[in-house]
Amino acid sequence: MERSSVESPSVEAPVEVSSDWRPSIDTKNLRVRAKLLAQTREFFAQRNVLEVETPLLGLAPASDPHLHALTVDSAGQRYLQTSPEYAMKRLLAAGSGPVYQLCKAFRAAEVGSRHNTEFTMLEWYRPGFELAELQQELLDLLSQLFEPRPARSYTYRGLFLEHLGLDPHTATLAELRQAALIHCGFEEHSEDRELWLDLLMSHVIEPILGRSEYSLVYDFPASQAALAEISTDDHGNSVAKRFELYVNGMEVANAYSELRDANEQKQRFLADLKQRQELQLPIPPLDQQLDGAMRSGLPQCAGIALGFDRLMMLVVGTDRLADVAFV
Amino acid sequence: MANYSTNEFRSGLKVMLDGDPCSILENEFVKPGKGQAFNRVRMRNLNTGRVWDRTFKSGESLEGADVMDQDMEYLYTDGEFWHFMEPNTYEQVQADEKAVGDAKLWLKEQDVSTVTLYNGAPLAVTPPNFVELEVTETDPGLKGDTAQGGSKPATLSTGAVVKVPLFIEVGEILRIDTRSGEYQSRAKS
Repeated sequence: MERSSVESPSVEAPVEVSSDWRPSIDTKNLRVRAKLLAQTREFFAQRNVLEVETPLLGLAPASDPHLHALTVDSAGQRYLQTSPEYAMKRLLAAGSGPVYQLCKAFRAAEVGSRHNTEFTMLEWYRPGFELAELQQELLDLLSQLFEPRPARSYTYRGLFLEHLGLDPHTATLAELRQAALIHCGFEEHSEDRELWLDLLMSHVIEPILGRSEYSLVYDFPASQAALAEISTDDHGNSVAKRFELYVNGMEVANAYSELRDANEQKQRFLADLKQRQELQLPIPPLDQQLDGAMRSGLPQCAGIALGFDRLMMLVVGTDRLADVAFV
Repeated sequence: MANYSTNEFRSGLKVMLDGDPCSILENEFVKPGKGQAFNRVRMRNLNTGRVWDRTFKSGESLEGADVMDQDMEYLYTDGEFWHFMEPNTYEQVQADEKAVGDAKLWLKEQDVSTVTLYNGAPLAVTPPNFVELEVTETDPGLKGDTAQGGSKPATLSTGAVVKVPLFIEVGEILRIDTRSGEYQSRAKS
């Protein structure tokens, strides 16, 4: 037999001992995490919300140009899910009733003190709920799992007016650019309005929210609706029916009053793909099964995704995700 | 030079920004719940020493800077320049006062310092963490007072002035931590 040119590692060969083998989460936090997982399951069991599991490997990824799915080549291209949203909506359309899931989600190129490519998400859907009811359930969960705090609601517009002196719906590109330069030292000649809004929201407003309260931000511009319904605010602006929860200057959860109009949803997905094309990003297939589920009929419902690792960060009192998850 | 994307920014990476070489200190990934991701980057401008906070769109890239740290032996100063030599190639470079900065207080002939070169020219000099220097001037020592606290200034052979214990005498060799400028101990001979 011919000798292979590739030598297999020999047991006698000197072994290099890896010095960084220690998991980033220590045993103490591992125990806190196990308890928090158990408490989460107990919370939903008491409310008769069904625990479900959906595929992590999907046929289609989220279309959002700012979400980058990892691909897996296994009997055809598969995508590691950036969130279980599409699959859970198929369950809802099939009559599952209220469901929740604790699962891993994957987002390429997201790494930092609050981000990791692989992270744990708590996502749940409530047929028949309006956003106000879902907000109350979220606050109940946080009171039990973290700590009771007063909750305060804001509108996206109100925050921009208060902290930047700008109306996000009507400010000119020049005004947004000027604010970005003053507050963030960010210079760029982008015509992309969303870029400026995202920058100002994440750099100027987010850090000051949720200090000794639970801050809930409502009425995002309709352009940021994603899979949420759209309505009109008191000032005639088109806004997304969604809210985000901020605690200690950190976004923790994101809720939608779920869009049910399959045609409208398809138009938004196609707009995402067009934007991907402009940004020279990969053009993935659209999720035909989600489309089918929505055409068959999604019940009126509200849904929310909560970063479980970030909840752990709050409970443990750390600003490093790696302290509370095995990264 | 190669280009580096924001997700490759690591502490210590040298990149060009606004025409100046910069060293990355911190790189924080920032992303709203939905939407564009950014990287908030803290970096030191190696020309001016100033620390900059800048925000980039995630995925943007900067050109790498031709900056490298090299261990070099200190030779001498002619008053205007400080001369260093690469001990293997005998290649010599001269650093001006701006590049040498506070390091000049700790440079002793034949000690090995880290010289940061930008396009081959010295940009900064980092002395060894510990140096051993002779005391050239200090008040007379107090015999027997080796345990008690209290200190006095002493001038070293390089001109640096450090606080030393009262028992130290002129001519003694002292070990100094150059990062804090503090006396550590008498040098072991």
